[in-house]
Amino acid sequence: MKRQELLVAALKNGTVIDHIPSDRLFQVVNLLGLEKMSTPVTIGYNLHSNKMGSKGIIKVADKFFTDEELNQLAVISPNVSLCVIRDYEVVEKKEVVLSDEIIGIIRCPNPKCITNNEPMTTRFHVTDREAGTVKCHYCNHEEKLENITLK
Amino acid sequence: MDNRSIISLADYSAEKLLYLIQMAGEFEKRPNRRILEGKVLATLFFEPSTRTRLSFETAANRLGARVIGFADPKVTSGTKGESLKDTIKMVSNYADVIVMRHYLEGAALYASEITDIPIINAGDGANQHPSQTMLDLYTIYQSQGTLENLNIYLVGDLKYGRTVHSLITAMRHFNPTFHFIAPDELKMPDEYCRYCETHGISYREHKDFNEDTIADADILYITRVQKERFSDLMEYERVKDSYLLKKPMLAKAKPNMKIMHPLPRVNEIEYSIDDTPYAYYFQQAKNGLFARQALLCDVLGITLDQIREDKR
Repeated sequence: MKRQELLVAALKNGTVIDHIPSDRLFQVVNLLGLEKMSTPVTIGYNLHSNKMGSKGIIKVADKFFTDEELNQLAVISPNVSLCVIRDYEVVEKKEVVLSDEIIGIIRCPNPKCITNNEPMTTRFHVTDREAGTVKCHYCNHEEKLENITLK
Repeated sequence: MDNRSIISLADYSAEKLLYLIQMAGEFEKRPNRRILEGKVLATLFFEPSTRTRLSFETAANRLGARVIGFADPKVTSGTKGESLKDTIKMVSNYADVIVMRHYLEGAALYASEITDIPIINAGDGANQHPSQTMLDLYTIYQSQGTLENLNIYLVGDLKYGRTVHSLITAMRHFNPTFHFIAPDELKMPDEYCRYCETHGISYREHKDFNEDTIADADILYITRVQKERFSDLMEYERVKDSYLLKKPMLAKAKPNMKIMHPLPRVNEIEYSIDDTPYAYYFQQAKNGLFARQALLCDVLGITLDQIREDKR
């Protein structure tokens, strides 16, 4: 375990997103727009985790996300842990919260939905938080979040 | 966005539904009026549907409105790549109300969000068709004198049948008992059985379709079993005639029982039944006019009182 910690350098200021399921890691990268960042970003993939077997971790230097940005993660990866780091210390731990409405992030799985055929923003209502089901505002199609793809 | 649009009846209260039924009743008494004189209705049919379109256009014409629009999407700019948004924005400049049918689900709701004039959904893919539901409710009310405590039998394609799904949601206010009669391949989806359970609607499922199973019916709502819905054509051949309503099956029917069918009929109801007092599907089709007159007036802000007082 000691060696693994050494793989990822400590962060002076910034945000650590841990416990990302490995298969969702690159979706998280896309969702937060990390490829457009100018500050150092460390991405760890397929790391060992006692809790989840395999996980991903992202450290973003000198960046503090808004709650709105972070809550988008709830759509694809609801159980991540978030730490805000200032001067090498964890000053805040956050949880991501699935909002009642998901706007513009995900794609409706129904190919006959208007949102897949018009230049427009998608909109979903969360119908069951426990089960993680969402319903398309437009075509009423219901789907589990685990089966959903990003725009 | 204009809240007067009618996209779905799913969220309508019992009061609102009964109000629209009363409005349709006024138009049944006197369908020809000039209450919409000076108004322009646009019928935008991105998918052909002659029956629904003619019914809406007749409704508008009989109330004195003028009608513009298209019946065939091939003549529109959609074929040149114009978005639905641009078409709706353009037509909104000309018309007071838009009636639209679209092959994509959610199209009518989206249209209602981008224009200030009311939209009436005349069918969006497999999603919603509120004017059909409204005429069904009106027909049930007209034939039974009430919507309360009825035994409603839904027969045929209960899996893909949009009309029967909407009927269940609209009837939830009125304590119905539903009976579902369908082949396994076309049985009522779990989603709607669960809907019944969560809304306290009692229902029973039957496989047999005979004089005993339907003896208790107030309404027998029959839908078409479509060949193209079957993955196994042998299965289709096996079941298609078991959902044919034959005259002897009416031997034990209640005197008030009425048979409904959204039409077109193919081979679900024997022609000899047409002359019995139970046949109500042609009356049902006629009611489409009154129900659509009511919907047009409602979205244009005309009240039941205004219709009652209107002497023109």
